[in-house]
Amino acid sequence: MRLTLYIWRQNNAYDKGRMEKHQVNDVLEDMSFLEMLDVLNEKLILEGKEPVAFDHDCREGICGACSLTINGIPHGHEKATTTCQLHMRKFKDGDSIYIEPFRAKAFPVIKDLIVDRTAFDRIMQAGGFISINTGNAPEANGLPVSKKNADLSMDAAACIGCGACVAACPNGAAMLFVSAKVSQFALLPQGQPERKKRVLAMVNQMEKEGFGACTNFYECEAACPKQISVRFIAMMNRDYLCSRVTEPVEV
Amino acid sequence: MTLDSKIPSGPLKDKWEKYKFEMKLVNAANKRKYKAIVVGTGLAGASAAASLAELGYVVEAFTYNDSPRRAHSIAAQGGINAAKNYPNDGDSIWRLFYDTIKGGDFRAREANVYRLAQVSNNIIDQCVAQGVPFAREYGGLLDNRSFGGAQVSRTFYARGQTGQQLLLGAYSALSRAIGKKQVTMHVRKEMLDLAIIDGKARGIVTRDLVNGKIESFWADAVILATGGYGNVFFLSTNAQACNVTASYRAYKKGALFANPCFTQIHPTCIPLSGEHQSKLTLMSESLRNDGRIWVPKNKGDKRRPNEIPEEDRDYYLERKYPSYGNLAPRDISSRSAKEVCDEGRGVSATGFGVYLDFADSIKRLGKKVIEERYGNLFEMYERIVGEDPYTTPMMIYPASHYAMGGLWVDYNLMSTIPGLHVLGEANFSDHGANRLGASALMQGLADGYFVIPYTIGDYFAKNKFDKVTTDHPEFKKVEAEVVEKTNKLLSIKGKKTPTMFHRELGKVMWEYCGMGRNEAGLKKALELVPKIREEFWQNLTITGEGNDLNISLEKAGRVADFLEFAEVLLWDALERDESCGAHFREEHQYPDGEAKRDDEHFAHVAAWEYTGVGKKPNRHTEPLVFENVQLAVRSYK
Ligand SMILES: Cc1cc2nc3c(=O)[nH]c(=O)nc-3n(C[C@H](O)[C@H](O)[C@H](O)COP(=O)(O)OP(=O)(O)OC[C@H]3O[C@@H](n4cnc5c(N)ncnc54)[C@H](O)[C@@H]3O)c2cc1C
Ligand code: FES
Repeated sequence: MRLTLYIWRQNNAYDKGRMEKHQVNDVLEDMSFLEMLDVLNEKLILEGKEPVAFDHDCREGICGACSLTINGIPHGHEKATTTCQLHMRKFKDGDSIYIEPFRAKAFPVIKDLIVDRTAFDRIMQAGGFISINTGNAPEANGLPVSKKNADLSMDAAACIGCGACVAACPNGAAMLFVSAKVSQFALLPQGQPERKKRVLAMVNQMEKEGFGACTNFYECEAACPKQISVRFIAMMNRDYLCSRVTEPVEV
Repeated sequence: MTLDSKIPSGPLKDKWEKYKFEMKLVNAANKRKYKAIVVGTGLAGASAAASLAELGYVVEAFTYNDSPRRAHSIAAQGGINAAKNYPNDGDSIWRLFYDTIKGGDFRAREANVYRLAQVSNNIIDQCVAQGVPFAREYGGLLDNRSFGGAQVSRTFYARGQTGQQLLLGAYSALSRAIGKKQVTMHVRKEMLDLAIIDGKARGIVTRDLVNGKIESFWADAVILATGGYGNVFFLSTNAQACNVTASYRAYKKGALFANPCFTQIHPTCIPLSGEHQSKLTLMSESLRNDGRIWVPKNKGDKRRPNEIPEEDRDYYLERKYPSYGNLAPRDISSRSAKEVCDEGRGVSATGFGVYLDFADSIKRLGKKVIEERYGNLFEMYERIVGEDPYTTPMMIYPASHYAMGGLWVDYNLMSTIPGLHVLGEANFSDHGANRLGASALMQGLADGYFVIPYTIGDYFAKNKFDKVTTDHPEFKKVEAEVVEKTNKLLSIKGKKTPTMFHRELGKVMWEYCGMGRNEAGLKKALELVPKIREEFWQNLTITGEGNDLNISLEKAGRVADFLEFAEVLLWDALERDESCGAHFREEHQYPDGEAKRDDEHFAHVAAWEYTGVGKKPNRHTEPLVFENVQLAVRSYK
C-alpha cells in the first residue's frame, strides 16, 4: 500500500519543530508500524537525510519505549496495542497518517518523536518501592496472599510506563501511572508498612513534575495499551485522602 | 595463559559457604570509600547496583535506554526457576543443579552451577518481599509450572510477564537507592570503551546519546551487566538495541571471550514473514506445557491445519522423545523443527514453520484456564499474525534467542582483567552449551543480588587502589580513540546503511552458523564476514552529526563491533569439533541425529584472546572437571 505520512520533526528541545510530509510506497500488511518507519528511515539515510528519531526497543509491547501519537491518539486507534505492536493491516491503501510525539508538559521533546519521560522515574524514586534490602527477605510462602488480591495486584503491575495515559489526558495527568504502582503494593501484605508514606511521596513528586490534575476524563484508560483500569485511580485517591489525614506530611 | 577459575576447595555443597567464610571483608565504615561502575541495568545490573548501594558502596550505573525499566530483561515471559520444591514433586537443590549441568550438555562448571541452585530460593524470597506479584494458588501460596528440560514443576511466573515483574522489582530497589542518592544513575549513555590503569579496570568512556558528548567515569571496579549478543544474527528475539559492544571492547582490552559459539536458538518464535522484518517474536516456551507440536505426516500437505485428521499428523517430539515429549530441551526441539521443515513438511507461507496446537488442552482444561495461563501471549500472536490461536494452531519456528557464551569469568565473576566483573547474560558461566528455560532470570538475579555483593568486597579488600581521576592520561587516550572511531564512521559517506550491513551479516551467520554447523560452511563464513566488514568501512553511509542524537551513528557503532565479533564466534564454532548442546556440528551426530559430544578432547571452556582485527584470536582452555556428576549421553527419550 501507499501512504502519506505527516511526521513531527524537531531538532532538539529548543527548536520549534514542524510537520514534514513523506510518501512511502511498498508498505506491506505484515509490517509493524515501526517497521514501516524503518523503511522510511532507510530511504532517508540513502538520500543523505537524517532519519526520523523515535524511541523503541523490545518491539513486543512490553518495554514501554515506543511512544508515538498516531492520528491524534497515543499508540494509535487500535485498542490495547502499543505502537510497536500495531500492524499495517489496520490501515488502508492511500491513507494519510499523522505521527507526533507523546505530548505533555512533563514530557519535553528531545528530538523528533523522542520525549523525555524521566519524570516517571523520579516518581518511582520518591516512593515506588518496598524498602527491603537484599538478603532480608523472609520465606516466600510465609505470607499467603489471596489469589484475588494477587491477581488484582498483577493487573496494576502490568503497567509498562509508556506514558500514553499522560499524553491522552487533556490535563496531562499521570494518575493512572502513579495509581497503578501505588495499588500494586497496596494490594499486597508486603506493601502495608509503607502504604501511607508511599502514596503521599509519589503524589507529591507527581505534582512537582508538572503533571496536571485528574478531572475524570478517563482518556487514560482508553489509551492504555495494557488496559489498566481507572478503578486504581479511585483506590489511590482513597488511600491518599486517608493518608493525608493520618500521616504527617513530609516534603 | 592458564585460566584459574578460583573454585574453592572442598565438597561441592560446602564451597560457597566456605568461600563466604574465607573471603576478606570490607569494614562497614570503609565501604563508602569504594566506587563501582555498573554498566547495564537489566536484571543483573539493577540487582547488583541496588545491592551494592545497600551495602554502602558508591555506585554509578549506566544504561543506553531512557530508563532502567526498559532493559531487555523486561521481555522475558515464561518464568524463573528455583528449587523450592513447593509442589512436593521431588525437586531439590541437587536436582536443579543436575538438570542445569545436564541441560548444558556438561559444558559448565559444577561449582558455579551448584551455587546458582543454592541461591535460587533466596531470589524468590527477595522478589516476593519486593512486591513482585507472582501467580498464586487459591490457598494464597505461590504457583509453579513446568518448563523444558525438567520433569518437576519449579518455575515461578507472573502471567506471561515474569521478566517484566522481576525487572520492575529490581528497578524499584534501584530507584530506592537512586532516591537516597546511593546510586548515581546515567540514562541514555552508552559505554564505548574500558579504561585500564596499572593493570586494573578503572573506568569507562561513554557517549551521551542525546548530545553526543564523550565522557569518562572512574571507579575502583567495573561491572558489565550488558546482556547477550543474539543480535549478531540480525533477526532474533532480543530487543533492537541489544549489542556486543561493551563485552567486545573489554575483549579488545584483554578480557577473554568464552564459548562464543554457544548460542541458543529458541524453538517457539513466530515465523519470518518478509525482508522488512526487524525482529522475531518469541512465544514463551511455557506454551509447550499445554501445546502439542506437529507437522503434516506427508510432504506438501496443503490442507488447513484443522482439516488434517489425527492420522495424518506427526507429533514428532512426542514420537521421538516419549518421556519429555513437547518439553524436550530447546536445542533438541529447535533442531527437530528444522529437520521436519528441511524434509519439506514445514508449514506457513515460507515452509519454515511448525504447528503448536492447543485444541487438546482447551478440550481438557477449558478455554478459560488456557486464557488465564497464556492470554496475553495469544493476543500478541493474533496481533502479529492476524490469526486466532484459540481456534487455529499457532505457527512457530526457531530463532536466535540467547547467548550462553560471554566474557570468561572465574568463581568471583571476575574476567581476566582484574576489577572487571561480568554478570548476567554477558558472562559465560552457568549454562554450558545450552540454557534451560527460566534459568536466565535466575542467573541474572543470582549474580546481582547474591554473588557480586560478596565477591566484589573480597576484591576491594585484597587490593590497593591508587587514586585516579578522569584526568588520567589513559582516559584521555581512550576518549581520543572513541572520538576518532566516531569521526571515521561519519566520514565514510558510502552507499549502504548500517542496517543493510547488519542484515547481510545476520544472513551469513544464520546460514552457516545457526542451528546446524559444519566445517565447510564455517570456513566459508570466515571468508564472507571479513568481506562484509571491509565493505562496511568503505561503503557505509550515515547522516547527521556526532554531537547530536543520531540513531544511525549509534547503530553503525554497534554493527561495526558485531562485524569483528562474528569472526570470533565462527572460529570458536570451527575449532570446537564436536557437537554439544546448542552447538550442533553436523559431522558429529548419532545415527538418530542426536548431538555427539567428544569429552576426551572438548570437555573444556574455550576462551579467546584478541590478537588484532581480522587475525585469528588465540584459543585458551579451561578444563572442566566433573567430580560430582557423571558425564552421560544426554538423553531425553
Ligand atoms: C523474548 C525473551 C524472553 C525470555 N524469557 C525468559 C524466561 O522466561 N525465563 C528466563 O529465565 N529467561 C528468559 N529470557 C532470557 C533473559 O530475559 C535474559 O537472558 C536476561 O534478562 C538478561 O538479563 P541481563 O541483565 O543479563 O541483560 P539485559 O536485560 O539485556 O540488560 C542489559 C543492560 O545493559 C545495558 N547496556 C548494554 N550495553 C551497554 C552499553 N554499551 N552501554 C550502556 N549500557 C549498556 C542495557 O541498556 C541494559 O540495561 C528471555 C529472553 C527473551 C529475549
Ligand atoms: S518497543 Fe517496547 S513497547 Fe513498543
